Amino acid sequence: MKLRICIPVLAVLLVLGFEAPPARADDVLQTQCAGCHALKKPEVFDIDRLWQRQGPDLYYAGIKFNRPWLEKWLQDPVRIRPAGEFYRHHVKAGEKEDVIDEASLKPHVKLSAADAAVMADALMKLKGPADLVTPGAFKNGAVSASMGAMFFNKLRGCAACHQSKPGVGGRSGPELYSAAARLQADYIYSYMKDPQRIDPLVWMPKLDLSEPDLQRLTGYILLLGNTEGNP
Amino acid sequence: MKPERMVRSLGAGAAALALGLTLSSPADAADKDYTSATHHYDTYCVQCHGVNRNGQGINSVGMSVQPRDHTDAKGMGGIPDDELYNAIKNGGLSVNKSVLMPAWGGVLSDVEIRELVAYLRHVCNCGSGQ
Repeated sequence: MKLRICIPVLAVLLVLGFEAPPARADDVLQTQCAGCHALKKPEVFDIDRLWQRQGPDLYYAGIKFNRPWLEKWLQDPVRIRPAGEFYRHHVKAGEKEDVIDEASLKPHVKLSAADAAVMADALMKLKGPADLVTPGAFKNGAVSASMGAMFFNKLRGCAACHQSKPGVGGRSGPELYSAAARLQADYIYSYMKDPQRIDPLVWMPKLDLSEPDLQRLTGYILLLGNTEGNP
Repeated sequence: MKPERMVRSLGAGAAALALGLTLSSPADAADKDYTSATHHYDTYCVQCHGVNRNGQGINSVGMSVQPRDHTDAKGMGGIPDDELYNAIKNGGLSVNKSVLMPAWGGVLSDVEIRELVAYLRHVCNCGSGQ
């Protein structure tokens, strides 16, 4: 009699068990992400590592990204760096100027909505070393779009490597017209102040920008997402 | 020695000889001297100055001032080593050139920048400019 009751219960438990095995986010991070991204601070930073890594470091994703953007992007990943990461692997000489070797660029894995939410939570927990970003560094003061554009395009040369609109600007760095949705303001400020401190040996120079420049350019980059009609 | 092993040994000797001749050719010896500088150039400079070092990098499209063509012996030959060094270390503005050439002194050491200057002389096949 007891056995007759137990068998259906066991069957139900088995079915439930097979249908919803909750994946541990940390396990998924290790299996899905660790192959291309550093999830812990590397012990050694050298130029060879820069050439070997397959994607940007994520061990400080929690102080870099905005979570809503991350969750959305993981479901529909689109390229942020026109020439990929690392650009040198994906450019070749063209008839006149160098061109991006599109065939060499591979799409990022696409996640379901449920998995993206779990993954975004897990990534936001990765904060990296405590002093990478100064909380509250960006003061969010009033920004003149025209002055910002002048500094971005002409006076500080950011446009040489970054796009402020789709198709306008350099292609070796990440596009910045989507930075407002993608990145935290203090991260933008801190990265511009000293990119080498956050991503050692990266191909963005340290420009020794003044405090007003940092405030102005951070504000302008945040404005791009709102003024250009881009995400 | 068995004939089969002798043939293998002779083959290996011939391959080593050929390899030795190849490595000792003047061009390869010269390139070997610039291994570090080439690596740095490929990492930091190619984005603007191009895969072929001709100023046609992927960022060059739309730039108001075109990046320097490092293969241009005439143009490069007129620039002193110290000016090249300063341009790399402190940026284009430091030598009255474009702001679009950034300062790499926060990334590269003085020795690495000197190596790059020497490498540029190798690329342009031009003198020291002094």
